Amino acid sequence: MSAFLEVKNLSVAFPTEDGIVQAVDSLSFSVEKGKTLGIVGESGSGKSVTSLAILGLQKGSKARVSGEIWVDGNEIISASEAEVRKLRGKAMSMIFQDALAALHPYYTVGHQIAEAYLVHNDVSKKVAATRAIEMLDRVGIPEPHKRVNDYPHQFSGGMRQRAMIAMALSCNPSLLIADEPTTALDVTVQAQILELLRDLQKEFGTAIILITHDLGVVAETADDVLLMYAGKQIEYGTVRDVLQVPQHPYAWGLLTSIPRLTGDPNLALTAIQGAPPSLISVPSGCAFHPRCTYVDNVGTACTNIIPELIPVSEGKHHSVRCHMSAKVRQDIFANKVEPQL
Amino acid sequence: MTSVNNPILSVQGLTKHFPGGREGLIGKRDVVQAVDGVNFEVAAGEALGLVGESGCGKSTTGRLITRLLEPTAGTVTFEGQDISHFSNAQMRPIRTQLQMIFQDPYASLNPRHTVGTIVSTPFKINKVTPEGGVKKRVQEILEIVGLNPEHYNRYPHEFSGGQRQRIGIARALALRPKLIVADEPVSALDVSIQAQIINLMKDLQKDFGLTFVFIAHDLAVVRHFAQRVAVMYLGNIVEIADRDTLYATPKHPYTKALLSAVPEADPDATGARERIRLTGDVPNPINPPSGCRFRTRCWKAAEICAIEPPALLQIGKTQVACHFPE
Amino acid sequence: MLKYTLRRVVSGTLVLGIVSAIVFAIFYILPSDPARLACGKSCTPELVARIQVALELDQSLPVQYGRFIKGIFVGRTYLENTDAARECGAPCLGYSYQTDLPVTELLVDRLPATLSIAVGASILWLLIGLSSGILSALRRGTWIDRTSQGFALAAASLQIYFVGLILQFIFVDKLAWLPMPGYTSPFDYPLDWAKQMVLPWVTLAFLLSAIYSRLTRSGMIETMGEDFVRTARAKGLSSRDINLKHVLRAAMTPIVTVFGLDLGSLLGGAVITEYVFNIPGLGKLSTEAVTNLDLPVVTGTVLFAAFFIITANIVVDLLYSALDPKVRLT
Ligand SMILES: Nc1ncnc2c1ncn2[C@@H]1O[C@H](COP(=O)(O)OP(=O)(O)OP(=O)(O)O)[C@@H](O)[C@H]1O
Ligand SMILES: Nc1ncnc2c1ncn2[C@@H]1O[C@H](COP(=O)(O)OP(=O)(O)OP(=O)(O)O)[C@@H](O)[C@H]1O
Ligand code: SF4
Ligand code: SF4
Ligand SMILES: [Mg+2]
Ligand SMILES: [Mg+2]
Repeated sequence: MSAFLEVKNLSVAFPTEDGIVQAVDSLSFSVEKGKTLGIVGESGSGKSVTSLAILGLQKGSKARVSGEIWVDGNEIISASEAEVRKLRGKAMSMIFQDALAALHPYYTVGHQIAEAYLVHNDVSKKVAATRAIEMLDRVGIPEPHKRVNDYPHQFSGGMRQRAMIAMALSCNPSLLIADEPTTALDVTVQAQILELLRDLQKEFGTAIILITHDLGVVAETADDVLLMYAGKQIEYGTVRDVLQVPQHPYAWGLLTSIPRLTGDPNLALTAIQGAPPSLISVPSGCAFHPRCTYVDNVGTACTNIIPELIPVSEGKHHSVRCHMSAKVRQDIFANKVEPQL
Repeated sequence: MTSVNNPILSVQGLTKHFPGGREGLIGKRDVVQAVDGVNFEVAAGEALGLVGESGCGKSTTGRLITRLLEPTAGTVTFEGQDISHFSNAQMRPIRTQLQMIFQDPYASLNPRHTVGTIVSTPFKINKVTPEGGVKKRVQEILEIVGLNPEHYNRYPHEFSGGQRQRIGIARALALRPKLIVADEPVSALDVSIQAQIINLMKDLQKDFGLTFVFIAHDLAVVRHFAQRVAVMYLGNIVEIADRDTLYATPKHPYTKALLSAVPEADPDATGARERIRLTGDVPNPINPPSGCRFRTRCWKAAEICAIEPPALLQIGKTQVACHFPE
Repeated sequence: MLKYTLRRVVSGTLVLGIVSAIVFAIFYILPSDPARLACGKSCTPELVARIQVALELDQSLPVQYGRFIKGIFVGRTYLENTDAARECGAPCLGYSYQTDLPVTELLVDRLPATLSIAVGASILWLLIGLSSGILSALRRGTWIDRTSQGFALAAASLQIYFVGLILQFIFVDKLAWLPMPGYTSPFDYPLDWAKQMVLPWVTLAFLLSAIYSRLTRSGMIETMGEDFVRTARAKGLSSRDINLKHVLRAAMTPIVTVFGLDLGSLLGGAVITEYVFNIPGLGKLSTEAVTNLDLPVVTGTVLFAAFFIITANIVVDLLYSALDPKVRLT
């Protein structure tokens, strides 16, 4: 039996004046119902582009999308806009990064939620309006029967994000993609929203893709993690594996460079040198090589050959894209990285 | 109130009210109580962290300290001098001592000026000529902040976010100030770049004996930078303590909630921690709640909390403003 | 909202007052003697003096201005308490030097023609401009888009009198499909009215629909790139719903405001169009008055036009707040 969402070799490129932007490059992953996949990567690593591809939202644009995306047995990339439209909102829906921009400024929050419900449900406007109030109540908006008539700008940041969630969940979708749902929010509100997502998932068995650049959010919410760098998937596995026995030098760098609430605060953070690459001229070989401190362990392959995504050990659901041999990686991890975690 | 030894900066009853919208034709103008009666001191050579949620008045406090804003009430004392209402001319000699680093490395640098011009501006404004000339000094500073001295003639758009923040830091360092107010210097940067900048500022603090007021909303970042931490909520300081005390034994309910809301990048740590979930949002600073401003979200709120604003009092090693501290 | 409207009306009236004062002051700066102008061809010094008295031009400027303003609101009587007393009911704008008719009467007389042009043309240009703009935006890059935008670009660069004269030459002089443009009352002879109005309408609409087409197209295309349109797609809405309910709704707001202002200034007199087609509207009246230095009529038409423009501004602002909930009027 295959997973609810199955992505195979997804690539997305944008032809631009400066050249071709390879925003996403051969991504493969799957998400089952009731599970959460965290996609992590820094700004510009291709997270949002991936999520838009799953909803088929690049259809009709200049983007070149290739590979396969299976949602509940339907292939998205080869499907027509009309076919994908039937899946949007019901089989899969999305919460966008910037809730203020993603809501229509001229329609009330209630209208926008009701509209989403009406697409897939043959009911009267009145029933849909009741559903909107019910959804707002469900996501914890106080006095929903009053706030349903507010416009998005009358909501606070946290409430707008809740309204987005209410809208996305109004048709009980089986897959929910949340693109940095809490990045713009305060930690106390972020905690509320993440808890809400967890509760709703428990109740409806939704499959969730949670996009973030915060490893803490992933640790608290996700079952699996996919780590992206310059459009490629460089490490993929369960949260426990990837955060506790990370395999890729970039993952090591991230985990040792983030400030934490535990451990000795007087020790200097181990920063990753350099800056993320431009997607128009991605470094040859392993895209991370200009910033990697372990190139010497491999030699010229790092700069010449793009590493394959290989399982960390035979048959394990934990894979990594790095030329270093498993043995060398284990050694470095045990001696240099683990003591800092 | 206990005071730190040898304060370089002391803030008493600092208040800033902004005019808000007006109600009706001749109605009363709303008042945004952005900062309301804040007291703290910063010792020479220390880094004080200022944390709190969006809109609690952190930036406004920073701009009051550096006198980019004039306080509505209260005093700012820098090196024994009350600068609260100094004119621009009076501020000029002091500006060289007091610098600010801004949050947005994209917006805070003039795109039409070269890096050299940007970093040498403080010399020109304050009519200072360093030993060996401006250019030589600027190139030295560029090197100190980890940029190539050859970047002198380049423009900001040629640099990444992290490098731009280094330029901002170089500009702040140019006049060898004593106190730097850094307003969320890493918030806009990628995770992998943040550590570079934090480490750089930490080194600078050590090497040059700089005093920092470090503004951030991220408690984990502050923990790695500041020796003392002040927590703000809706224009008030609710708790100040040295770092270890504050993180180990938070006394104010808000501090406790804030700490428990920070997600940890360790799947095992998550389950173990006590979780406090605040409900609702930060209220509007135009109409803050009576008494304790945190009471609308506080699980310990009692009758007195609505009547009596709690004063910032010393309890053990902590100063806390709460009727029922932990 | 009501308070806001009231405040806008008050400030609008104030602006009108300032406009009137300026126009009034110009009378005195102009090196012409109003009484001499009003006197006509067979003029004698005695006559000038008599007229001076009759028009109360012998009074000081502030007194004259005060009486002028009073006339507008409550009416006035020239040469009160004399045998020659002349009652001018509110709103009184004085008498034409040229014809000695009350200016108010002249304005009211000319308004229907201008109104006919403005309303008819605006319906036409909205229909053509919006539909071609929407079509262009939806079929961006296709031949439909390129053709209609090419036309729009060319049309927008033409001048009214050029287009007007050519159309008149073709349809009236050569083909004789249409009568000479002019104005007849639509209540008496609706068909003649329409036939005579066709050319002015088409000419004005030709130019303005080009502008509106480009405005609509760029507004739609800009809105299509907004995040909320992507959200609408993600909900599974059909492209018809997306374009009509989400894109057009947002793109319309700026167009409505531009339209309000265009209509307002047109109501003050479609000066060039009326001149080209010789239509007795307010625009024609004002050009005639300016050539003849008929100062009371000039003042009247200027104030009338200012009144329409200011009213249009207020209406547009109120409309804007109705269309964009983010705009709170306080
Ligand atoms: N329509 C487009 N045309 C050209 N380039 C694009 C387009 N959309 C995205 N890109 C590029 O693709 C890359 C990946 O973008 P994406 O939005 O997926 O990043 P992200 O990982 O979501 O980053 P962030 O954390 O900042 O949201 C970026 O370099 C971006 O500039
Ligand atoms: N110039 C101003 N005029 C009116 N209100 C202002 C002005 N500057 C700030 N405020 C208000 O004062 C309050 C405090 O703002 P401030 O920028 O100090 O917050 P902050 O803690 O820095 O928040 P953030 O984390 O979002 O930067 C906010 O409610 C803000 O809207
Ligand atoms: S492939 Fe080479 S450069 Fe890339 S991460 Fe591995 S060791 Fe570093
Ligand atoms: S004073 Fe009262 S409301 Fe305020 S923090 Fe303390 S217990 Fe909570
Ligand atoms: Mg993104
Ligand atoms: Mg701020």
